[in-house]
Amino acid sequence: MFVTNMIREPLIFEISGKGKRGFPLPKLDMSVKDDLLKSIPSRKDIDGFPEVSEVEVVRHFTRLSQTNYCIDLGFYPLGSCTMKYNPKINEKLASKKEFLLSHPNAPEKLTQGSLGILKIAEDLLKKITGMDAFTLQPAAGAQGEFVGMLMIRAFLEERGNPRKVVLIPDSAHGTNPSSAHICGYQIQEIKSNEKGAVDVADLAEHMTEDVAALMVTNPNTLGVFETDIKKITDIVHSKGGLVYMDGANMNALIGICKPGDMGVDVIHLNLHKTFSTPHGGGGPGAGPVGVVKELEPHLPLPVIEEKDGILRLNDNRPKSVGRVRSFNGNFLVIVKALAYMLSLGPAGLKEIAEIAVLNSNYLRKSLEMDFDLKYPTPTLHECVFSDKFQKRNGVTNIDIAKRLIDYGLHPPTMSFPLIVQGALMIEPTETETKKEMDRFIDAMKNIAQEAKKNPELLKNAPHVSYVRRLDETSAARNPVLRWRETPSEK
Amino acid sequence: MSYISLSEKDKKDMLSRIGISSIQELFRSIPEDLKIEKSLDVPDPLTEPELVRWMDGIARQNSCHEFLSFLGGGAYSHVIPSVVDYLSSRGEFISPYTPYQPEVSQGTLQIIFEFQTLICQLTGMDIANASLYDGASGAAEAVLMANRLKSKPKILVAKSVHPQYREVIQTYTRNLNLTVEEIEFSNRGEVDLENLDEKLDSETSAVVTQSPNFFGIIENLDKISALAHERQALSIVVVAEPVSLGLLEAPGKLGADIVTGEGQSFGLPLSYGGPYLGFMGCCKEFVRQFPGRIAGETKDVDGKRGFVVTLSTREQFIRRERATSNICTNQAWCALRATIFLELLGKQGIKDLAVQNLQKANYALDQVARVDGVKPRFQGVCFNEFVLEFEKPWAEIEGPLLEKGVIGGLSVAEAYPELENCALLCVTESHTKEEIDRLVGLLKEVCS
Repeated sequence: MFVTNMIREPLIFEISGKGKRGFPLPKLDMSVKDDLLKSIPSRKDIDGFPEVSEVEVVRHFTRLSQTNYCIDLGFYPLGSCTMKYNPKINEKLASKKEFLLSHPNAPEKLTQGSLGILKIAEDLLKKITGMDAFTLQPAAGAQGEFVGMLMIRAFLEERGNPRKVVLIPDSAHGTNPSSAHICGYQIQEIKSNEKGAVDVADLAEHMTEDVAALMVTNPNTLGVFETDIKKITDIVHSKGGLVYMDGANMNALIGICKPGDMGVDVIHLNLHKTFSTPHGGGGPGAGPVGVVKELEPHLPLPVIEEKDGILRLNDNRPKSVGRVRSFNGNFLVIVKALAYMLSLGPAGLKEIAEIAVLNSNYLRKSLEMDFDLKYPTPTLHECVFSDKFQKRNGVTNIDIAKRLIDYGLHPPTMSFPLIVQGALMIEPTETETKKEMDRFIDAMKNIAQEAKKNPELLKNAPHVSYVRRLDETSAARNPVLRWRETPSEK
Repeated sequence: MSYISLSEKDKKDMLSRIGISSIQELFRSIPEDLKIEKSLDVPDPLTEPELVRWMDGIARQNSCHEFLSFLGGGAYSHVIPSVVDYLSSRGEFISPYTPYQPEVSQGTLQIIFEFQTLICQLTGMDIANASLYDGASGAAEAVLMANRLKSKPKILVAKSVHPQYREVIQTYTRNLNLTVEEIEFSNRGEVDLENLDEKLDSETSAVVTQSPNFFGIIENLDKISALAHERQALSIVVVAEPVSLGLLEAPGKLGADIVTGEGQSFGLPLSYGGPYLGFMGCCKEFVRQFPGRIAGETKDVDGKRGFVVTLSTREQFIRRERATSNICTNQAWCALRATIFLELLGKQGIKDLAVQNLQKANYALDQVARVDGVKPRFQGVCFNEFVLEFEKPWAEIEGPLLEKGVIGGLSVAEAYPELENCALLCVTESHTKEEIDRLVGLLKEVCS
């Protein structure tokens, strides 16, 4: 059975058959105690748990895989997510048995290779960003933000006052305010100016001695470089605040400039964006955090140190913000990111930014007559159009996105940043071929025409996908969040 | 190496459409004084064969895999069927992102929905999310959630909860006007119910227990939950070794309000600590305060079943600082591996797996307990880990075992000064009788 839009792959629970097994275990090879099972609160069989054969499992997941769009298949211009190609060799290197069987609780002398990977990755990230120290602990960008803000708080607390407020531009990722909030801060929003950049006057007005930090994304979510970044960091520093940079968009800057030179005190990177580790359908990622040396004592636990030629994990650091997760970060993700850095070298890393920015500007230029560009400011790695022109015919950004699916393309990021109504945020990355981008441009131009001539075609899109437009409202209103055995099936 | 697909002609054509003559012009918005003059100070590029050689070299500095290991303590060595590696390495699973466009992400979404169902079935909870980072941050998220639900300033955490999980709870709560107090353990290695009873008061939001706990002991979850509920506190149960759920009564049936834990045992290799898999389930009444992404069932315009990310108004990209968590990227691919693992093992397989862990560990414990100079530290029933107390300092045991190619266990004295000369040993289905007997034989030599 090949998946088409006429059929549905059932849930595994629906193809379950009593007594079927997919993976028998070897026989127990030792004498057992009968009374042991009676001495514990044991359960009966797990109701509804699947019973299927190995073949059924393989077919189930293979069929489901065919309903997914992915970067290996084609253009994936999800703005702010940096959907670049994931080199296959890096997957292979990360599945070496020496890494897979490395136990996080093993004595350090048995895991010097793993520790070496972490140490070298830290050193390279320092050189790329110009920061003085790094932690590889955070599991994702948002946890990196949390760690970074905790360090800022610890630094300020040590100087007598953690302060109350964190300033965040209105174009920022939602994770920024959320992360600052769990560090105990109130959020104040900084307006964007007519260029889509931080309004420096508004920042200066908000910047008081109550403000702990500014969280700034650079280039920001419009793809605009904060040209006044030095002025911005000076304003924050002049009142004793610190500058946190969301490095989600580092793909635009790598090899071109270093956040450490901009007056940034703390930055997180997303290894699953800039450093090519696969997104895995939503994770795992890794969100390393770099800091200036004044903040180094506050790094989360543990910290890798070299002593007498042996690498060790030090968790005895009184000024640390503490542990933020178990063990040593998303280690295999870091292996892949390190392999990526080593394979590209200085010129290859710079080429990432150059081609990512070239591709984005090529798309922007090619589409700017057909779609509204709210901010005409020059952009780097991504650009944000809106549905303003198409709205005249009652067509929204969602309709445009769904129609792109009919053209066999993944839609851009939708409705973000919040400062652009009906946003379509496009980030091609350096991965894209010109042919694939031209295919996207042609599709978008066609859609712009369709919006005028036949808006219904767009409002009912997609037409030929495995599922058609899904009712998200009723999904939220009457949540069905798990399968349940219905009495008739019993 | 380069992964760029543009030819020089492509670049020229593109620049000409943009109306400029060089790529450098595109970076004019960056002030000149910020631009790097030289190139980055990183090593010269490696081709694939060179990179493989380099990685081989550094990997050889790891020797952990050559040892017979009895390490557990939050990371467990279990069988991983080859089907898990095979299916999870498909590009359609590795290379998409979060299913923001459900019409082209049904595979990912249906798998999340199946994962949520499996977690509900295992934990006995009504709902589950798509994943969290790991067990430790899951425990912290559960505490934050309980605090939002109860708005009371105190959290009680059993000292028998994994030490790293307790540290992470401390880190996450430090700036939120919450106090975290710890509950002692008894000589059986279980939560000291009297101590819990004393410390539980009307100011307590939640009690956090782990079962099997850090010492491998199965806790009296029903009693603990009943005590918590008597004082209007929530019962949070942490499961660091979820294989136990194949055999032990579901925490949800024993009064747990939130169950969270570490899913590494379900098809994820040790990998020096990550990526692992946080999971969480709770009662359906708490859904509005539940952290993390959730997939839900719905229909498309033709009335056919499909799946979407739902209840997103809890999430940071909509609710910003009022979100139930800051999590965005999660551990989706790890959840995929767990889903394949659990579906393949199935109803009988997950039970057999749990029974073998229980039986083998208890066989090992019986054998080791007969060795002079060694005694079980606790009297409670263990699942697949146990704490041994040695007459000699642990270093004098660990060193000679390592020389014989055996990692004997994990010292616990750093986290529990009161457990001097004690180590935590883990035995799973992956250990054979010969291997266990070999450990016992070596301990006889080393301990005497």
